[in-house]
Amino acid sequence: MADELDRQAGREAAASPTFHLVEDEHGHGHGSPTMLGFWIYLMSDALIFAGLFATFGVLSTSYAGGPTPREIFELPLVALNTAILLVSSITFGFAMLAMEGGKVRTVQLWILVTGLLGAAFVGVELYEFIHLIGEGATPQRSAFLSAFFTLVGTHGLHVTLGIVWILVMLVQLQQRGLHIENKRRLMCLSMFWHFLDVIWIGVFTFVYLLGMIR
Amino acid sequence: MSSPDHAVDHDLHSHGDTHGHGTMRSYVVGFLLSAVLTAIPFWLVMSGALQPGATAALVIGLAIVQILVHTVCFLHVNTQAEGGWTLIAYVFTGVIVFITIAGSVWIMYHLNTNMMPGMPTGQVSGTP
Repeated sequence: MADELDRQAGREAAASPTFHLVEDEHGHGHGSPTMLGFWIYLMSDALIFAGLFATFGVLSTSYAGGPTPREIFELPLVALNTAILLVSSITFGFAMLAMEGGKVRTVQLWILVTGLLGAAFVGVELYEFIHLIGEGATPQRSAFLSAFFTLVGTHGLHVTLGIVWILVMLVQLQQRGLHIENKRRLMCLSMFWHFLDVIWIGVFTFVYLLGMIR
Repeated sequence: MSSPDHAVDHDLHSHGDTHGHGTMRSYVVGFLLSAVLTAIPFWLVMSGALQPGATAALVIGLAIVQILVHTVCFLHVNTQAEGGWTLIAYVFTGVIVFITIAGSVWIMYHLNTNMMPGMPTGQVSGTP
């Protein structure tokens, strides 16, 4: 069967010199531009964060007599959150490797673990926000705090939506298994999740660490 | 490179991203590198081992390295994926991100420092 198709393919290739079209298609997948499109979306999302980082950078010392980063940030908490997000990146990596192996249960297990780590991250962040607001460091207190809550809050919102997506993905995997659409969705979700980890590197570096030594 | 194989290849590895799924090795290497690249800046800031200026420079440098590690090991950006378009979009975005952030901070810093001393921001224009 394969031999037959092989020979047929050989004949077709010999008959027409247009097999470069196949090569071309290989570059873009089977006609679906989803992965590249999703990547472009992520890049535009990065530009949103660029705007928020720029805003924070400009306003990062506008305390208006209010609290400074050194007074309100707790680095151990940030380190914990960073560790959680980093571990969630590798657990999603394990999910993708399981997807390669076609093991749907393992994929579900790993993205569930990833989702729980994401929930822990959002939980710690909410705890931090509530703690800050309780101390009077509300978004209204100073331009620095407005920019801080907007930047970190936008990232947290992205992670929250990522968790929602993971839950939807779990249901889709349960219903249909690892068919081609679900694989594509998993790959997009994987990029989304790793992208959020990249943004978090910027957040913990420019907001927290540099804030503490300012 | 027979055509049925090709079709199967397409179905399994959608979107020609066959080079870019990552292996156990790439994920583990990425994770270990990231752990080290995260631990060092946190330690530098929490211990105060260096001068603030040196700490800031080192922390920013390590963050950039870590972003690149994530991009290669986790996001699998390389010259082959999607015919190189992901890499081009990534580099372009990097340039825009740099211009946006560095440009904003630069302009606003000079705006602030060139204000007359003792003149509080926000009350520059208009009569009292």
